[in-house]
This record gives sequence, structure tokens and C-alpha cells, in this order.
Amino acid sequence: MIWNETKECMSRDEIHNLQSARLKKMVSHVYHNVDFYRNKMQQMGLEPGDIKSIDDLNKLPFTTKNDLRDNYPFGLFAVPQSEVVRIHASSGTTGKATVVGYTRKDIDLWQECVARVLAMAGIGAHDKIQVAYGYGLFTGGLGLHYGAENLGATVIPMSTGNTQKLITMMQDFGATAIACTPSYLLHIAETLEEAGKLGEIQLKAAICGAEPWTENMRKEIERKLNIKAFDIYGLSEILGPGVAADCEYHKGLHVYEDHFVPEIINPDTLEQCKEGEVGELVFTTITKEAIPLFRYRTKDLTSITYDKCECGRTLARIDRFKGRSDDMLIIRGVNVFPSQVEAALLEIGETSPHYMLIVDRINNLDVLEVQVEVEERFFSDEIKELEKLTQKITHVLQSALGLSVKVKLVEPKTIQRSEGKAKRVIDKRVLV
Amino acid sequence: MVIKQLSVFIENRKGRLERVTETLMEHNINIASFSLADTSEYGMLRMIVSNPEEGKKVLKEEGFSAMLTDVIAVKIAQKPGTLHEVLKVLFEESISVEYMYTLATAGENTSIIMKLSNLQAALKVLDVNKYEVSTAQEAYMLNNSSCE
Repeated sequence: MIWNETKECMSRDEIHNLQSARLKKMVSHVYHNVDFYRNKMQQMGLEPGDIKSIDDLNKLPFTTKNDLRDNYPFGLFAVPQSEVVRIHASSGTTGKATVVGYTRKDIDLWQECVARVLAMAGIGAHDKIQVAYGYGLFTGGLGLHYGAENLGATVIPMSTGNTQKLITMMQDFGATAIACTPSYLLHIAETLEEAGKLGEIQLKAAICGAEPWTENMRKEIERKLNIKAFDIYGLSEILGPGVAADCEYHKGLHVYEDHFVPEIINPDTLEQCKEGEVGELVFTTITKEAIPLFRYRTKDLTSITYDKCECGRTLARIDRFKGRSDDMLIIRGVNVFPSQVEAALLEIGETSPHYMLIVDRINNLDVLEVQVEVEERFFSDEIKELEKLTQKITHVLQSALGLSVKVKLVEPKTIQRSEGKAKRVIDKRVLV
Repeated sequence: MVIKQLSVFIENRKGRLERVTETLMEHNINIASFSLADTSEYGMLRMIVSNPEEGKKVLKEEGFSAMLTDVIAVKIAQKPGTLHEVLKVLFEESISVEYMYTLATAGENTSIIMKLSNLQAALKVLDVNKYEVSTAQEAYMLNNSSCE
């Protein structure tokens, strides 16, 4: 079902006109309310009047995660705090969170976007949906929650962490839909399979996102659970989940272009790429009030197409993600930067120790192992001291990353030294 | 007197323990006694060797984390109850044992290598109770037929 046909099936001309009008208004609002952008525009000799249509988008400055961090916490907000009704935050590159805010209208547009996603997956008012993303500062839980309520579905706010309870309620309540990370859904499927309960559930659709997954994983989920699985994309800086999602044809993720204007750029030259060319995905928000962003660099690599989809939607579609243009890892839906590990280890020792992150997927759950070399100043001949050290490192890393971590002590100089950029990550997760 | 124990961190990886013994062999360092403690991820090899300083140096050159630790070697007779008696003497002085193992000899007496919470206090109380502790030279040169 198409939730908002007027917006999802506009002609490309209509989209162009709507985006142009909204962008002009947004640029003027931002220029007058956000010092950061006004200064940037002034340095570039750019005035709000120079932006006459969406075709002028590439005149605007880029925004990066660092800009959000440098203006921590509320420096990029464009409205007075009294108009902000909610805050969310995600992990930043050096431990400082990336903070975003929402006005009441922002929450409305968010729940509109998520309702579109759910309707596109065939979910409606008669469905019971288990939201098994984390509730809290992470946008996953509350984002899906409000969207599903807006749709009129019955929301079961599971959050994460208790698979047995989730399965019991899935059975007892007759849940028909679930929203969670794809790896967690596979884990749920296997738990159901082991318990011989696959035949006892009424699930028909899943909305999966917050981590990269593949077409094969989708097929595996669909086959095991006998459901339809859909891909949802989002990032808190732009909105949270609901920036884009795929339809039953699974030919790319439809971007809600009436709110977010996508561009693909070459991350080295920063020039716009041609349609179909792979580059870094960049978003400009054109309706958000609390924290509107110009050309936010997502670091996600993909390509874009503007062809009309078989489902009837005319919105631009982004392809399955090809990777990242930075070293960010997504582990169980949590953003992890190797630099966070380095910063946390620096807190313990005096110099930067050598470390290696090993990410693996065991029983469909992502596992992060951090190998740390036992340097002389850490070394002890007593095992209890080494265990204390392991626990200390584990504790520091867990609180820095917000993720459970297995710490392994290894012999000095066994972690590969490479010339130039050190190789800090071995990702063994097979995403084929 | 205290003696120097050579301690080495060994990852649970194929060939690592062998590399330690090989390195010591290459430098003609004799192992008088040892204990190997194991955990799921790594092992801790503690040794009394003929030349601890040199042993540490060559192992570090091989990239191992190696260190010297002060321990004592208490001589006890090889008959029932002697280990219990020496421990009792220590515990009565509230000295606790971090770890211990034997310094095996073929003779009538044996030595117990001990790492204790307070070495100086231990030496004192052992002396009062007429226990003999090995000198460093004695310990390092034990079980080394190449020196005889």
C-alpha cells in the first residue's frame, strides 16, 4: 500500500518544484538562525538569495559528523530550545555523542516517513508490530514506535535484550510484524527453529535496518520465517530510521525526497557523481526545523537512480550500500569507530598501545573482540593481575562504545604493523 | 635471599612455548625448574634459569613480554608434613602465597619456589623458624649437569 500517494508518486517536475521551494525557505531560515552555517556561507561569499532552486544545491557547504561534534551539543540547532520536544544522540568518533533535536513538526514528519515505510511493507492498522530496536537515545526504537502508532498498528515496544520474552510475546500476542536489525532477526529465527516453534508464529513482515545486510541475508530470513523482509535506512543526523526504505520489488531504497534531498558525490573531489555512479551519499534536509543540515556527508557509499519504480513510486532510489568512505563499523546497530577504541585505551596507558578489532558474526550475532598487546608496563607474572587488566580494558571499552566487548591479551608485536595507515580492523562477517 | 624468576607471557598459539625453550637453548640458558599456568587465552611460564638477566634479554629480543620477579626458594625435607609446616609458619604471620611450585632436585631435600605477599617478612620468619632458603647462585645452578 502507498501511504501518501500525493508525495510518493509525484512527477519528477513536481518533485523539482517542491524541493526548490522548500530548499529556498530552509536556506534562508538556517542563514538567519545558525551561526555555523551563516559564517560558512559568508566565507564562501554566498547569500540565501543565491540559492534559487534545487539545482543550486551544490553551491552550499558540506556538513560532517565533526561539525556536529565541534558544535556539541546544541550549536547547530535552528530553533529556540522551547520548541525542541525531543533529543536523540548517537556515538561520535571520539566518544563525544552526536546530538540531534526534534520539534513537534519534526516528530510528525518522522512518524509520517516511518508510516510510509511500514505501509510499503504491507503493514497496516490490523497488524501487531514488535519493535525490537533499542529504546532510548538511539533513534531506532522510538522512531519505529511513533511511525507504527501513526499507521494505526498495535505497537509492542520490546526494545532489545530478551529474546525469550520476545518469542513468548510473538506467539502469545500473535505478532504479525517485527522491526529489528537483520542479524538479530536471524538469531530470533534460529532460536524459534531450535525450539520447534517456527510453525506457531503469525509473523508476515519484518522491517530491518541499522546495519548493513545483503540480499542473501534477506532470502535467508524470508525462507526461515516464511515472511517478507524489507530494508529501512536512516541516520540520526538526518532523521533516524525512515529516510529511505525498499518496496516489494527490492530494487533500491526509495528516498523520501519531499523531505531529504540525496546527492552522490565523489568523496575525493567532492564533485557530484552521475546517475548510477557509486560515490558517497549526501543529504540535505529541506523540512526539518530543529537541526536542518546542508549536504550532510553520510560516508555511506552507494549509487542513485531516478527511474520510476515498478511499484509506482517516482522517488529516487539508492542502491544497496557498497561500504563506507570512513572506517566506521556498525556492530549490532551500534556505530563503532576504531578511534574510539584508541581513545579509550589511551585513558588506561600512557602511550597508544597497538590494538586490533576483530568483528565476527557468531550465531547471527555480531561479536567484537579487541586484541591488545601486553606491553612491558602492563605485564605481570601474576594471572590475577592480567585478569584485572583484561577486566579494566573491557570495562573502559564497553562504556566508551556502548557495546559488549571481548578483550584478548596478545603477545607484543604480534599485531600487524603496516606502513602508512594502520590496519586496525578485521571484519570476518560474511555479507555476501 | 631472594632469587630472580623469569616470567614469560605466552599466547595460546601454535609454536609459542617451543619458541621460548628454543631461544633459551640457543643462548645456552638452563631451566632449573618451571611452572606453566594456563588460562583460556594465554599461558604464564615461570622459570628459574641459570642466567635470568640474560634470559629476559634474549626473550625480549624475540618479542616476548618477559620480566624478572623476586621469589624465594625454601628448602624442605622430602617427607610428609613439611610443606604444611612451612606454610603454617607463613600464614601465622599473615603472609599469603601468590603462587608456588617446586624446585625439583634428586637429592634428599627439595625447594619450594614461592611468591609471597611480603618477601622480607617471610625471610625473617623463615629464618627465625630455622628454615634454609636457597641462594640465587644455588638455585640458578641446580639441575644443570653442564656446569658440574
